[in-house]
Amino acid sequence: MTRLFFSLLLAAAALVAQGPNPAQAQQGPLRLEITEGVIEPMPFAVADFVPDSPAAAEMGEQIARVVAADLSGTGLFREIPEDAHISRVSSFEAPVRFADWKAVNAQALITGGVSVTGERLTVRFRVWDVFSGVELGNGLQFVGTTDGWRRMAHKVADQVYSRITGEGGYFDSRVVFVSESGPKDNRRKRLAIMDYDGANVQYLTDSSSIVLAPRFSPTGDRVLYTSYESGFPRIYVLDVGRVQRQVLPTPQGEMSFSPRFSPDGRTVLYSVSTGGNTDLYAMDIASGQSQRLTTAPSIETAPSYSPDGSRIVFESDRSGTPQLYVMPAAGGEAERISFGQGRYGTPVWSPRGDLIAFTKQSKGRFHIGVMRTDGSQERLLTASFLDEGPTWAPNGRVIMFTRETQGAAGRSQLYSVDISGRNLRPVPTPDGGSDPSWSPLLD
Amino acid sequence: MNLLRKRAAIRAAMAGVALLAVSACSNVTGQDDMGTGAGAGMTGSGQAGQAGDPTSPAYFQQAIGDRVLFAVDQSTLGDEARAVLEQQAQWLITNGDYIATIEGHADEQGTREYNLALGARRANSVKEFLVLRGVAANRLTTVSYGKERPIEICSEEACYAKNRRAVTVLAGGLTG
Repeated sequence: MTRLFFSLLLAAAALVAQGPNPAQAQQGPLRLEITEGVIEPMPFAVADFVPDSPAAAEMGEQIARVVAADLSGTGLFREIPEDAHISRVSSFEAPVRFADWKAVNAQALITGGVSVTGERLTVRFRVWDVFSGVELGNGLQFVGTTDGWRRMAHKVADQVYSRITGEGGYFDSRVVFVSESGPKDNRRKRLAIMDYDGANVQYLTDSSSIVLAPRFSPTGDRVLYTSYESGFPRIYVLDVGRVQRQVLPTPQGEMSFSPRFSPDGRTVLYSVSTGGNTDLYAMDIASGQSQRLTTAPSIETAPSYSPDGSRIVFESDRSGTPQLYVMPAAGGEAERISFGQGRYGTPVWSPRGDLIAFTKQSKGRFHIGVMRTDGSQERLLTASFLDEGPTWAPNGRVIMFTRETQGAAGRSQLYSVDISGRNLRPVPTPDGGSDPSWSPLLD
Repeated sequence: MNLLRKRAAIRAAMAGVALLAVSACSNVTGQDDMGTGAGAGMTGSGQAGQAGDPTSPAYFQQAIGDRVLFAVDQSTLGDEARAVLEQQAQWLITNGDYIATIEGHADEQGTREYNLALGARRANSVKEFLVLRGVAANRLTTVSYGKERPIEICSEEACYAKNRRAVTVLAGGLTG
């Protein structure tokens, strides 16, 4: 095995240079095929990342904990707890005593090293197939700053996930959402952004006006959202880094809402209500020029582009009840794709392009579901009093959504679920949460 | 039939607890002030005047009724709603200093986006009716709050029925 390290520079939270060739991951003997069926989670162990100085010791433990939490959180892996470990890894370079890890039934082992020099943090790791005693892929090194340690841990976990499953990771990503507090008849809403796992929450607006349905740009640098701050729902574009915003130049005096970026980040799709009729429009952000895409007297809303930008899926009640339709990106003939019993809304094209996630209302229950882009193979992943507003993880394997509980004390909370329907879990937020939008993988 | 009876019962209940209705109304106004930010010229409950004075916003709110209700998913106006709106139109024609914002609302069953669009339809139904009855269109604006501003918070039809509403909120009238 080579001892080649790819050195990555994590400057100002930006990772420059490339990860390893994905083909390398394919060659590993340790492989978890993610199929739709129920699988047995793969047992793994993470040794505390070995510190090169006392100052790095705490960070080594914390990074190992975040890596383990990321992997366990997928439902695809099961951690062998630290107190069951027989071996302690005391040197990153020392040979691994595989027998000790076999004895605790760990199939995969992650070892790492941490060094801290002033603000500078270097994290190295290796992934081992315990039963064959072979390293999976090559060791990798990330260099960044100490305050970005969680991101570096997520990057390690993304690499491990990717090498074992052969699919892209999603841990080094963020979620923008609406933080909710107060009772149902006086709910306070403000925009917030956090790491995908609920850490590092920051608020982007105050709660002085209603804010709805933020949406990340394809590079994660901007957020579109709807706000009532003018007394009227209008769409705003927020620069996440500078927390500066501008209003989208939609017609004065007409409600505009339900915005979403095009895959190239230059165009915004949205709805405008005029005289009670809601239609879809597209606006070029740079020029402010808009184009009307639908002209039906029915409600057309909740648009989402296909990842190649050629088509738009949206919700319309032109047939009498809300259903899903697909049309060319420039407008034109729309084809209905939802035919099951019930009402369909908030369709979102997956980043892989193969599936559309949606909200379904049927027999007094709400569901998050997925279907192929032609409407076939519909599968419902959740069921509750009120589930709505799916958003895709960057790798297209996990969906986050809003669940609201029933009754006068009803509360909104973010949840995530695997597209197999397994691993439903709440996403921790300081207050209630709704309308999540998942960023792409960060650079 | 069932629905009509239910609505009649709800209206009777609303009339029976006038005090509650008044507090609910002022509550709604307070939230709207928050939603609209500036709230300039809004008729707060403090300046609503006496319900006994037929030119007062309080009379409009309480004696005539500032809101109409809708069936599930519908934006068409029933007989009761039309009767209320006839009186609203007369009042607005008589009291020409006022302008009004018609707020459309939905119950919590339905997605956020669809309910915003549905609320817009409801507000527009009311506006069109008032315009047909002679209120100048430029005195009326519409806005939808979708399911964002329920006045009743239970998850039952009794609450949903009151939340599926369009409320005519007066503004101006400082000289009246």
